[in-house]
Amino acid sequence: MTQFLTRYFPNVIKIQEEVIESTFQTIYMVLVTAAVAGILGILLGVVLVVTSPNGILENKRIYNFLDQFVNIFRSLPFIIMMALIVPFTRLLVGTSIGTSAAIVPLVVGTTPFFARQIQNALLEVDEGIIEAAQAMGSTPLEIIFRVYLKEGLIPIIRVSSLTIINLIGLTAMAGAIGGGGLGNLAIARGYNRFQTDVTLVATVLILLLVFISQGIGNYLIRKISH
Amino acid sequence: MITLKDVGVAFKGTQGTINAVEKVNLSIDKGDVYGIVGYSGAGKSTLVRTINLLQRPTKGSVWVNGQNMLALSPKELRNARKKVGMIFQHFNLMDSRTVAGNIAYPLRKSGLSKTAIKEKVVELLELVGLSDKYDAFPSQLSGGQKQRVAIARALANDPDVLLCDEATSALDPKTTLSILELLKELNKRLALTIVIITHEMQVVKEICNKVAVMENGHVVENGDVVSIFTQPKELITKEFINTATHIDQALDKILSHPTLLNLQENDTLANISYVGTNTSEPLISHLSSRFHIATNILYGNVEILQGTPVGNLLVVLSGDPVQKQKAFAYLESKNVSIDTLKNQSEKIVQFKQKIS
Repeated sequence: MTQFLTRYFPNVIKIQEEVIESTFQTIYMVLVTAAVAGILGILLGVVLVVTSPNGILENKRIYNFLDQFVNIFRSLPFIIMMALIVPFTRLLVGTSIGTSAAIVPLVVGTTPFFARQIQNALLEVDEGIIEAAQAMGSTPLEIIFRVYLKEGLIPIIRVSSLTIINLIGLTAMAGAIGGGGLGNLAIARGYNRFQTDVTLVATVLILLLVFISQGIGNYLIRKISH
Repeated sequence: MITLKDVGVAFKGTQGTINAVEKVNLSIDKGDVYGIVGYSGAGKSTLVRTINLLQRPTKGSVWVNGQNMLALSPKELRNARKKVGMIFQHFNLMDSRTVAGNIAYPLRKSGLSKTAIKEKVVELLELVGLSDKYDAFPSQLSGGQKQRVAIARALANDPDVLLCDEATSALDPKTTLSILELLKELNKRLALTIVIITHEMQVVKEICNKVAVMENGHVVENGDVVSIFTQPKELITKEFINTATHIDQALDKILSHPTLLNLQENDTLANISYVGTNTSEPLISHLSSRFHIATNILYGNVEILQGTPVGNLLVVLSGDPVQKQKAFAYLESKNVSIDTLKNQSEKIVQFKQKIS
């Protein structure tokens, strides 16, 4: 076994600890970003749905503003956006380099995407159910928490795992500004130093993370649907 | 109970304003089962939504239980809505909740304790005949059962009024009847005022005591069911009634097989209709013995509306034209109305000439 590894993965064996560290950096970036962008995205997505035309709290001004805001930030290529918001990142975490600093652009890049996904997920909730809730005298907050977020739970989980997979892809790019992680390992080590085995292992680890996220999502959906 | 005064709903669209509902005045009394019929697009769903302000009228006023709905604050409106139940064509149950969860939904913040809510849910399920479905999910129920759950949910806050928006349109005829039976029973047992929106006159015939007919956003005719059924004034009302008494279908069937009908030039195809029990005399045999008019009955139908029988006969009358006029006058004198279907019989005669 060891022989096999040293033969085919010579560089990986040499930097074992770095590989493990990079994996944890990626997981750290994903989890923290998912938590922050998750809350912000759900908030933004809900506001988009309820203020949209014919929504329960229809408000053209708020809707149009947020809609444009989401569109613009979704259109920005992530790698450019990272560079663009460096001053903002510095303001927030004091530095623009490192794993923690990478979380700022990751959140900025993920939130609008997730918000739009949440918006679409909530629009899958039958309008008739919302109407029924209104007819029963529910307050807007009740409709949001007891109807939209509850009835839309399956599509919400589905778009969440999609967003996390998307986010894992973004963390790889965050490596470009010194964010670390598996993406950085694959490029800085594997690609730039022609250590193909490192690239390969980094890729497999990233794929593993993707499959795990997808698996958790599918499991939850199976568990709550009937 | 419910009064609509000059209610109008206008939608501003890209192609100008659309008046979905215009100048509607309706008064629905406590205990009424009020039917509102019309074809799709007539504005009936929009109209019923003005009663609980799911659709705010752009003109006029809406009074429910003596309250001017348009003058209520959002909070007062929400409380008023709890006293106006509503059920829908597609049931609109929450798929993520059990049957019990659906029924308990409107009871949160009602001041009831958890056990009291559970008792209430059990009681409501018993009322709609679904006691064994407490823990079932809506996806495990049939259409009729879903509508029963929806009815239980709508009744959770003990409303005075139940609005039914095409509540039976997605159901098969047998299930429709059972749901209508349930509504009838609720109307009697709970003195529930029911407003039913439908495009099926059959539904109105089955349970309503009053009916309004809508066309292009207007209520063109309204009144108690028996008088509307027996003396319809508007063409559209007649059309709707024919769909319920099946006279139209019978006529269509006859007209599509003109050869079956041995219609001579002097024959008259007619629809004889009568109301109530004042027709105890053997009229058809009198036609023959007194006026020498032979009557061939093609189709017959008797409906019981609010306990009053309403009969329709599709007949071919043959005999001397002068005698026929006399016979018609005789029938009219007995409160039986005769509607000669000239156009239809001409069509048959023409068809016969063509093929002979």
